[in-house]
Amino acid sequence: MGNGEVLLRVENLKKYFPLRAGVFKKVVGWIRAVDGVSFEVFSGETLGIVGESGCGKSTLGMTILRLLEPTEGRIFFAGQDITKLPPAKLRPIRKDMQMIFQDPFSSLNPRMTVQAILEEGLRVHRVVPRDTMRKEVEMLLERVGLSRDYVRRFPHEFSGGQRQRISIARAIALRPRLVIADEALSSLDVSVRAQVLDLLQELKKEYSLTYLFISHDLAVVRQISHRILVMYLGKVVELAPKEAFFARPLHPYSVALISAVPIPDPDVRKVRIILSGDVPSPLQPPPGCRFHTRCPRAQEICAMVEPSLLEVEPGHFVACHFPGCLTLEEAS
Amino acid sequence: MTLCVMPLILASGGDVLVLLEVRNLRVYFKNDAGQELRAVDGVSFTVPHGKTVALVGESGCGKSVTALAILRLVEVNGRIAGGEVLFEGKNLLALPEKEMQKVRGKDIAIIFQEPSAALNPVYTIGDQIMEAILLHQSVSREKARALAEEMLHLVGIPEPRKRLNEYPHELSGGMKQRAMIAMALSCRPKLLIADEPTTSLDVTIQAQILALLRELQRQIGMAILLITHDLGIVADMADEVVVMYAGKVVERGTKYDIFKRCRHPYTLGLLRSVPRLDVDEKVLASIPGFVPDPLHFPEGCRFRGRCFLEDEACTAEPPEIALGNGHVVYCHHAALSEVCHGER
Repeated sequence: MGNGEVLLRVENLKKYFPLRAGVFKKVVGWIRAVDGVSFEVFSGETLGIVGESGCGKSTLGMTILRLLEPTEGRIFFAGQDITKLPPAKLRPIRKDMQMIFQDPFSSLNPRMTVQAILEEGLRVHRVVPRDTMRKEVEMLLERVGLSRDYVRRFPHEFSGGQRQRISIARAIALRPRLVIADEALSSLDVSVRAQVLDLLQELKKEYSLTYLFISHDLAVVRQISHRILVMYLGKVVELAPKEAFFARPLHPYSVALISAVPIPDPDVRKVRIILSGDVPSPLQPPPGCRFHTRCPRAQEICAMVEPSLLEVEPGHFVACHFPGCLTLEEAS
Repeated sequence: MTLCVMPLILASGGDVLVLLEVRNLRVYFKNDAGQELRAVDGVSFTVPHGKTVALVGESGCGKSVTALAILRLVEVNGRIAGGEVLFEGKNLLALPEKEMQKVRGKDIAIIFQEPSAALNPVYTIGDQIMEAILLHQSVSREKARALAEEMLHLVGIPEPRKRLNEYPHELSGGMKQRAMIAMALSCRPKLLIADEPTTSLDVTIQAQILALLRELQRQIGMAILLITHDLGIVADMADEVVVMYAGKVVERGTKYDIFKRCRHPYTLGLLRSVPRLDVDEKVLASIPGFVPDPLHFPEGCRFRGRCFLEDEACTAEPPEIALGNGHVVYCHHAALSEVCHGER
């Protein structure tokens, strides 16, 4: 996996969205989508970010790329603080950070040909000389498993899986160092999803990429990631190497999350920890530990004191007053 | 194991144990250019009383259209071009519309993927559940209201009396799905068609809803036709499985037939391409190519072009091969694919 060099460091990152109401659109509250998140991504690794809808994982991805301006906190990319960089200085760094979005239907401009889509970034960042542009585009297409004859086609002529391959080709065209994939496989059918997942793994090796793989699908994240970061209501609740995470998840939310995923094998019988209630609103997150309203092991302290993210085993971080209290063995 | 053989044999013989039998169903659509798309093309399967049958396949395989056609709810540009839907022995496709309305919502209820799209935003939850009750049962409004409250309580919605007066937008996604289940089950249907009931929900909420469906099935004794693309849910919920590909059934059998001794190369490919949470796999086996669009379904076996067993024989329509106990596969090479299981 990684060579130990930190490629991305996020420190106490916050992103609040104003909630406006009334005739004058007065700010009546703040939606705390990302609320004090810190972690590091090592060069060459894949960090999987999991969580349910509304946990802030997509906002986190967008904020790291500065597609959204952070409310607070700092973002370091390859040692450089990019939190406050002006657009002109950010542009050369953008080349090194690319994103793949969930919906290949809305992330590709329907009026541009595949060639135009793939050339755009190459031209802006002057990656290859003009006369070899066409060759480069054809090479990229073939690399992601599409025919070079497709260069003149428009996005609507492709299936969902093929479009996602075009998005991937666009992302790797600039030879980035970091690729943020936000639910990149979620819109694809099972058989196609496996193909694209394998493609992502190959490209990672070939281009020495680092992935930030954001997904709600734990099984997919398990296949691709080295480390797993779990978010709940804008906070990191657990961060651990994959093996440790699945062998011994320490946060009750992680345990419940793992136990809730159905296994496609009728011989695997597992008892589920079924969490009661819904995820609370990020507008007014519960005091103390944000998970305490649904936690089967919550005590008095959980409603009052917010647990901090502590390293309880080497490389295994968890934000819980009673880590490891709820075990998978109980659930299986 | 031997004990469950008897009912299955009876079931396939058209006994009373069969609640629903779909025979050779065909649903065709016309696109803007006037071309005919054979979205569902000769689909047959049965649903026994009180059991859960899963209809599995990828998007565009015709599983949702099949479900809607059972209730004769096909969009205007489509038509049911042939076949029979026998519900307790009577052909729903031949019923007059008035009779059919008595079946919809009463004997057969349906819940959809998007609860927010299926609930009417301008009526309260209570009004919508009461509408179904008043339509099918001769009870007073007060009684209907009490029944609606009871249903909300049954599906685990806290403070049901207060919720009756709320509008769909005031409920979360999981709560909306619960409200829809309450509505669907308010008339104690014999068959519940659940079309991707948890696809739009988070995994912890999905676990709640699936547990709820199982519990209600036990209480009410209804059969469930579960339409899903998620093989994990199938393994969890189904008794029997029908696998569809490109408008046709490719294989059907018990859950164990499908997961442990499937004989169609597509079923095998599908099972192998799903990442599992409990196993580490370096590289997933995937099915090459992609699902053909309905205008260009290949002649003969529709899985042709993606299949590792393909040869000249596959240009002909695949034969129906019965493997016993209701396990049926449509493939020219079903005998061959038996040996492929050990590879994984």
